[in-house]
Amino acid sequence: MIAIIKYNAGNILSVQNALSRLGYESIITDDEEKIDAADKVIFPGVGEASSAMKYLKDRKLDAKILSITKPFLGICLGLQLMCKNTQEGDTDCLGIFDTTVKLFPPQEKVPHMGWNNFTKLSGDLFQGIDSDDDVYYVHSYYAEECENTIATCEYIKTFSAGLQKNNFYATQFHPEKSAGIGNQILKNFLGL
Amino acid sequence: MLKRRIIPCLDIQNGRTVKGVNFVDIKDAGDPIELAKNYVEQGADELVFLDITATVEKRKTMIELVKQIAKEVNIPFTVGGGISSVEDVSNLIKAGADKVSINSSAVKRPELIKEIAQEFGSQCVVVAIDTKFVVDTWKVFVHGGRTSTDKKTIDWAKEIEQLGAGEILLTSMNNDGTKNGFAIDITKQVSEVVNIPVIASGGAGIKEHFKEVFEQTDATGGLAASIFHFNEIPIPALKNYLRTQEIPVRL
Repeated sequence: MIAIIKYNAGNILSVQNALSRLGYESIITDDEEKIDAADKVIFPGVGEASSAMKYLKDRKLDAKILSITKPFLGICLGLQLMCKNTQEGDTDCLGIFDTTVKLFPPQEKVPHMGWNNFTKLSGDLFQGIDSDDDVYYVHSYYAEECENTIATCEYIKTFSAGLQKNNFYATQFHPEKSAGIGNQILKNFLGL
Repeated sequence: MLKRRIIPCLDIQNGRTVKGVNFVDIKDAGDPIELAKNYVEQGADELVFLDITATVEKRKTMIELVKQIAKEVNIPFTVGGGISSVEDVSNLIKAGADKVSINSSAVKRPELIKEIAQEFGSQCVVVAIDTKFVVDTWKVFVHGGRTSTDKKTIDWAKEIEQLGAGEILLTSMNNDGTKNGFAIDITKQVSEVVNIPVIASGGAGIKEHFKEVFEQTDATGGLAASIFHFNEIPIPALKNYLRTQEIPVRL
């Protein structure tokens, strides 16, 4: 059973749909016991950072997330909330990854929306993935590169497309919307 | 490098695709799910489903269809047609749509763009503009292009961006259905004046038209319907061609 953390963000259903296409059962929940009972945890989301952090804090899910020792995958806003802080709503975040989240300067179109490839890849999340494989992004804020970066992408800046620290993994792109390449990345996570 | 997107558009009426389709390997050409899955396999980057159902009651079938699409399709998809309230948007997003496209209702009440963006984020708000060259300027049309407005397309595009739209889907009525190519001039103007992605639509007939619009404008995507449905331009052939022309596309 995979727990998908419920919070006030969109796009949660598409993660559940992707898991069920891969043959995995999942539950969308903000209940600590159910999160504890799951084999793995996914922290998805498209939304606004400060209201999402407030939702987590109000339910003490911030402390819960930090205590998790099983494989954990943050997606998009999930990745950003796992960093130290974000310029979006000037919000303090979970601080799992040693980096900050900033708004793209408007040198190119913002949001960064569409398919883009990788510039650097490492680690077991990206087994079988090449740097010219494309995945789907939609975001206006980006996490700066840091020692936890396991994949980078180029758009206006070089930013963290993937981050990992111990059992905590995160992708800025949406594996659940990235066709076959996304499936492979999800399978890699589910197989950890 | 960010790729230019190739986006097939499917017209839906009462839960069925309405335009004819001649993919050989499709058993039921009217089944939007089967058609959508076929497009995903061909390498479409996104899909747009436009609900042209006339009555409000039958729109409920669209919600059910969106749920099915979300279960089967692993690329982003947009749903448009008849959306006039935050509640309509909420129903579609909850059913699994990644983005919604609004048109006439945004012209009628521009605040709707802001309301949707605040509730669900800019990334899910696509504003569709139907535009036509009238006398000496490009104007905005509504109600499926039947009704003229006094809005200039360039001004409306800027306003849309300020209200929080995440993307513009720009259809030239002068070009739509002609297969003579996209409207390069207005697509160039709009895509240069706003800093949000612009999808060019209307007029694609041959592969070279996509090259033209991607080389000469800042459009980040090209949308078409019949040339894909009738397999006149198979998506893999189009993308391979664009890559030989050094246009970045996902293969």
